[in-house]
Amino acid sequence: MAKVIKVENLSKAYQLGDFGTGTISRDLERFWARMRGKEDPYLKIGEENDRTCKGGSDVVWSLKGLDFDVERGDAVGIIGRNGAGKSTLLKILSRVTSPTLGTVRIKGRIASLLEVGTGFHPELTGRENIFLNGAILGMRKAEIKRKFEEIVNFAGVERYVDTPVKRYSSGMYVRLAFAVAAHLESEILVVDEVLAVGDADFQKKCLGKMGEVTKDEGRTILFVSHNMASINQLCNTCLLLHNGKLEDMGETRKVVDHYLMSDYASTAHVVFDNDQKRRTGNQKVIFTKAWLNKPGDANYTRVFSLGQSLHLSFSLQFNNPNLETARTSVEVKTADGLRIANMIDTDSGFEVRGGGGNLKTYQIIMEDLRLYPGTYYLSLYAGDTSSTEIYDYLEDCISFEIIDGGILTNRALPRNAGLIYFTPTWEIKDESK
Amino acid sequence: MSQQPEEDWDIEIVPKNNLLDLHIKDTWHYRDLLLLLVRRDFVSFYKQTILGPVWFFIQPIITILIYNLVFSNLAGIKTDQIPAPLFYLAGTIIWNYFADCLTKTSTVFKDNAAVMGKVYFPRLILPLSIVMSNLVRFAVQFILFLILMGFYWGRGFNISPNLALLLFPLLIVIIAALGLGLGMMISAVTTKYRDLAFVVTFGVPLLMYTTTVIYPLSTAVTKYPAYSWIIKYNPVTAVIETLRYGFLGKGSFSWGLLAYSCGITIFILLIGIVIFNKVEKTFVDTV
Repeated sequence: MAKVIKVENLSKAYQLGDFGTGTISRDLERFWARMRGKEDPYLKIGEENDRTCKGGSDVVWSLKGLDFDVERGDAVGIIGRNGAGKSTLLKILSRVTSPTLGTVRIKGRIASLLEVGTGFHPELTGRENIFLNGAILGMRKAEIKRKFEEIVNFAGVERYVDTPVKRYSSGMYVRLAFAVAAHLESEILVVDEVLAVGDADFQKKCLGKMGEVTKDEGRTILFVSHNMASINQLCNTCLLLHNGKLEDMGETRKVVDHYLMSDYASTAHVVFDNDQKRRTGNQKVIFTKAWLNKPGDANYTRVFSLGQSLHLSFSLQFNNPNLETARTSVEVKTADGLRIANMIDTDSGFEVRGGGGNLKTYQIIMEDLRLYPGTYYLSLYAGDTSSTEIYDYLEDCISFEIIDGGILTNRALPRNAGLIYFTPTWEIKDESK
Repeated sequence: MSQQPEEDWDIEIVPKNNLLDLHIKDTWHYRDLLLLLVRRDFVSFYKQTILGPVWFFIQPIITILIYNLVFSNLAGIKTDQIPAPLFYLAGTIIWNYFADCLTKTSTVFKDNAAVMGKVYFPRLILPLSIVMSNLVRFAVQFILFLILMGFYWGRGFNISPNLALLLFPLLIVIIAALGLGLGMMISAVTTKYRDLAFVVTFGVPLLMYTTTVIYPLSTAVTKYPAYSWIIKYNPVTAVIETLRYGFLGKGSFSWGLLAYSCGITIFILLIGIVIFNKVEKTFVDTV
């Protein structure tokens, strides 16, 4: 198979912080170093892009030393946590920005869809925008003319073609924008997570179109998504990025599993100290640490797929030796702050008891998580049995992620379509009796 | 880096590019985009207005009325025996074209960051589209100039166009290239440091007084012989004077001054291109 993209030692450094009076002296210093033929003094001290800890340098490597090849007709998924460097990689591939080091070689035309409707002018009509947007994406006028009908049909906006796009509904706008990009005649198509917008029907249509493009026309697609179901459905190979480095590449199933099982210990295991934010209570009983993992796996993790089991462990210290019990509970909230559960020990027929000042660790097993994909926050609470005294309350102290593509479904679950994944029993009701 | 001989790559993305490589071939491929951008600017300019393209006329008409009132009537500045409105209009349309090209180009990265941050196209297209959009405006205003010329000629004023008006296309090229070159130089700096953008906003209108928009070069030379070099060496001056001389028959036209203007323009354009090329690759990260 022929290689169409060859990436060698690709790296990209970013400067953090604000540009202001301080940066100009540094720019001059850099310039001076370059004039003398020396290495950029500020790149040498660049650090790995780990957002969670504060680094000593304000230069970070968003991508560091990437090497990989892509072959013709491949559909390549690019996955990784937020900040892993996925978007930076796409930006470099689509020539929006340049790498700091390394090279990328590409065969054929490359078209990128990092955002839908780039360059759409609200005052212009749908027709005018199709031409303008097509031209921005690199199409010639004749090419757009030839495909005009097809684009309008795919978007389903025949009636509005001569109306300014500012009067379009947001769905129509997105459909039109995607339609233009999908009809590009480029050998390589780079797509960022643009499908998150639009309804489920349209998402399916887009995925179908992209699948068609790779399978039937032999074009190559690079596709970034957080939606493992779409990645599984569309891509045959997959790249996993972690803190700007290529962690894994290969068959989609394997890489996706690797991603899901990855060890995110830094945030899946939390030790609480007195500086803990949003901590209240009189400290008669305190939580000292908490962590998340999966059954039968000692590694900490905060990423679970739909239908998996979650183990939450926490350690409690009874500071007051006279205290025997503490009413303990765990709250679950959505990322929007909506409380969806408050699980109290006694409701489960359990009682948290102090052991004469000793540290004790408890575990909560939440089986078969039926939550929609998204981020969920847990709060830990300990108080007296009559709920008048708060011993320790740690709000949103640990979080976990539910992602698509688990054992229960291959369907992409739009985040706003629900909260709980019910699978009731369906049956035909015989009304003749 | 070893490259297998059978591999023949179309695009190579590397950290730095050749400073003088203008991507002409690439830019040519996107020529339809250039025209569509010009069309977009023109159409969106008068969408949802009642007077529409008439606005292109109103601005210079009001400007010359005010100039006529203030500089000719109140201050009594002579206009080389050319009817004052015609004199001002000749200067104003040239100056406006230059100033519009300069100010728009100098913020091109900032204004178009959203588009440029999401999709690749030869970056030179955007400054070129600015120059061309403004050329459309200039053309409309030039028609106004011709109408006014005809009007005064009909009323028996001494207006004597001569062969120097054949230089007109060159004048347009000089003004466009000068605005483009200076604008590109400034645009490169403003991506990271916005200070220069402020200088442009108040500096360009003031700069107008260092060229012969509201007074003839001859007056400046006789009144301030010691400082008139500032005015002479402003490359826009030669363009305005040549235009006035060619179309109206009055003004200080000299081949030397025009050649000087050309030279400066080429120099500024080259520097502008080099700087623009250097910045366009990574401005997305700093803008």
